[in-house]
Amino acid sequence: MKINLKVNGIDKTFLIQKNEYLLDVLRRNDYPSVRRGCDNTSCGVCTVLLDGKPVPSCSVLAIRCENKIITTVEGIEKEAEKLAKHFGELGADQCGFCNPSMALTVYSLKLENKEANEEEIKNYLVGNLCRCTGYVAQHEAIKRYLGDES
Amino acid sequence: MIKGMEIKEYIAPKTISETYSLLSESKSNKVIAGGAWIKISFKHVDKLISLDNLALDYIKEDNESFVIGAMTTLRAIETHGGLKQLASGILSQAIGSVMGINIRNIATIGGSIMGKFAFSDLLGVLLVLDAKLVFFKAGDVSIYDFVEMTKVPEDILLEIKLKKDNLKGYFKKISKTHLDFAILNIAITKRDNFKIAVGSRPNIAKLAIDTANYLNSQKTIDEETIENAVEIAGNEIKLGDNLRGSKEYREVLMKTYLKRGIREVVK
Repeated sequence: MKINLKVNGIDKTFLIQKNEYLLDVLRRNDYPSVRRGCDNTSCGVCTVLLDGKPVPSCSVLAIRCENKIITTVEGIEKEAEKLAKHFGELGADQCGFCNPSMALTVYSLKLENKEANEEEIKNYLVGNLCRCTGYVAQHEAIKRYLGDES
Repeated sequence: MIKGMEIKEYIAPKTISETYSLLSESKSNKVIAGGAWIKISFKHVDKLISLDNLALDYIKEDNESFVIGAMTTLRAIETHGGLKQLASGILSQAIGSVMGINIRNIATIGGSIMGKFAFSDLLGVLLVLDAKLVFFKAGDVSIYDFVEMTKVPEDILLEIKLKKDNLKGYFKKISKTHLDFAILNIAITKRDNFKIAVGSRPNIAKLAIDTANYLNSQKTIDEETIENAVEIAGNEIKLGDNLRGSKEYREVLMKTYLKRGIREVVK
């Protein structure tokens, strides 16, 4: 069967199975920045924005996404670059596997609460695990990103 | 990759009566709400029935109550200005302790209730808020009766009603990490009377009725009555072992946080 999605601003039609999750469909259709981690809603590396909200794509049935708006990290390229600059300056990442999902969640936080304090940043990122870092440099980088002019 | 469930047919009806008819056709037909846990809930489904088209995503508020549609996401409830004020904000706090924001953007209150998950942080809070569940066929059912049922009814949960009772509230989830399920959770409310619930025992949340009755019968609540109440709770609420914690550890946690919670709501 077919579903119609708007991915990063472009209308797309994908062939899917009834039991496929959004993660599988996106990865099969050349969106490898959407990572497969735990595959059971725990780690958050599969996060995409669904109608503007961060969701774990491993647990969203693709069949329910007809006409939905999907954003992967490629859809927020400029914002991701700004965050990456702060991450780079502070040595806030190592392997980078979680970066796309982290960028999408942090971007969503920026839209929702640009004045977020340390505790609010931590709470917002509970669902995005990073297996390399101790989060401290990441949180500092995120604070700097939220403090950027635009 | 976790192997997906087998789905013969996916249907998103536009009416509740059609949804109910489809559900009633066969035990192999299942309803999907938010779907956050469906991956580990079902292996095979004949007809997967979505509630997406039933307009059950809403929070209504008037002077006396809140009415929450069953398909309202946990995140929408957590961030709702009015609900943040209800009973010192314990509903918002409990929901905010459920995994990460990305999950709470898909998980719904209806799915969280109908799953009757033993680890639920939500059910205890709904018990002490005396929530009413509104089903398509059964009509109004108290959350207490629902939790005590041995089987989840084959019915469609439409909405949840919460009274604005000017309650003081306390909620505590004890877990190893923010992402983990609770080792124990405790919810307490008080206006004229106490209501106390203990969840993730590791069994499903339960009201501590004798404990509350004892406290309600006391003219004043002091350290002695709190000690007595905790003793009664120890006899009334059955705790057990699982991978997250031992029975003995839960006993210590329950005593400690019951005391703190009772002190908090009588301030």
